[in-house]
Amino acid sequence: MSERINKRTILAAACLTFFLCPARADAHLVTTGLGPVYDGIGHFFLSPGDALAALALALLAGLRGTAAGRRALFILPASWLAGGLAGLMTMGWTPLLEEVTGALSFLLLGILVATDIALPTAVVAGLAALLGGAHGFFNGLGMHEAGTGQGALELIGVAVTLFVLVALASALAVTARPMWARIAVRVVGSWIGASGLLWSGWVLHGLK
Amino acid sequence: MKTSSIQTSRRFAWLPAAIILLALVPKAQAHIVPGEAGGFESGFHHPWSGLDHICAMVAVGLWGAQLGGRAMWLLPVVFPLVMSVGGFLGLIGVPLPGQEIGIALSALLLGTMVCLEVKPKSLIWPAILVGVFGFYHGHAHGVELPPGESGLLYSIGFVIATGTLHLCGITIGLLHRWAAGRMTIRVAGAAILMCGVYFLWAAVQPDANKSAPAKVKSSAVAPANLRRNV
Repeated sequence: MSERINKRTILAAACLTFFLCPARADAHLVTTGLGPVYDGIGHFFLSPGDALAALALALLAGLRGTAAGRRALFILPASWLAGGLAGLMTMGWTPLLEEVTGALSFLLLGILVATDIALPTAVVAGLAALLGGAHGFFNGLGMHEAGTGQGALELIGVAVTLFVLVALASALAVTARPMWARIAVRVVGSWIGASGLLWSGWVLHGLK
Repeated sequence: MKTSSIQTSRRFAWLPAAIILLALVPKAQAHIVPGEAGGFESGFHHPWSGLDHICAMVAVGLWGAQLGGRAMWLLPVVFPLVMSVGGFLGLIGVPLPGQEIGIALSALLLGTMVCLEVKPKSLIWPAILVGVFGFYHGHAHGVELPPGESGLLYSIGFVIATGTLHLCGITIGLLHRWAAGRMTIRVAGAAILMCGVYFLWAAVQPDANKSAPAKVKSSAVAPANLRRNV
């Protein structure tokens, strides 16, 4: 009996101590962030301009088969990381150029997915390198501008998420054997292409 | 087999109601980042803000379903792409004469196609017709963009909403499998045609042309009613 009470007392004391020393909740981590790697992982959830471009390339690679999908899986994150590191070492972030690049990526990749053109695997790999290099470079420039000093870790988070995103999306497109599934992928491509064209109109409209 | 399909239908009977409830949910606005959330929401609401646009989008889906096969996806792919070309030109300030009449004609002619269940031998003609009208609708939206929004999110929301309207039309068009459904679709086409006649009548009114420059009415937050987008 007394042993049970002792156990309860100890448990209550432990709980009391635990509740008396809470850490801050930090529910809204706008200022603190989640840490550099997690900030990088969260990048694609907060940046549709990068996420949809990567998705379009992954779908394009998936439509072109497993070989293209495998190449994109490694080339896109690697080039994104390389471009990001180059951007980190560069000065002069230009949001306008970033928007133009994003809009053109949407337009080109979206139309390629929508039309389902039989591109050679090497061309898909080249597109992956270009896309990764350009978007990663602007990511790096932005991180340099933000001055966190932990851009490399953030880029690692970005590259890891990109790997997962490309793996999932390209695998989905590769396995899209029924006609309706392939059509659904192409419709998504047409929507991305249409968004890119409208976005480029917005950019030009903003210049006026 | 029939029993299992009925069971499946019953199992998913809640789905339309859930979709409608989710579509009507108001925005949370707990922590607003200026421009960003408004951009997607404005873009997504824009195609729903005018009956003329809804009529044309749904008619494209209905006609695609009537034509069947490749047309079912060809028309909804063509429309957003060509519409974005029109939107692009509208955004950069290229004028388009007869815009309101073109939009009214889109509902009228597409409604006629659905009502009469016109099936051209080649898919080129439906694609051209849908593309031309998509151009007019896109241009109208391009010239009346709300200021100070995120261009990317607005564009994504706009295209998704347009595609959703097409999917609504295609889904309704699946009734085409049954004789009664075919008649229902044709009646829907007739209703769109009548709306088109009204839009055309309104477009050729002298007052309509005078008030044309006032199309910066920011229909992004306007309720869906008979007021047209342009």
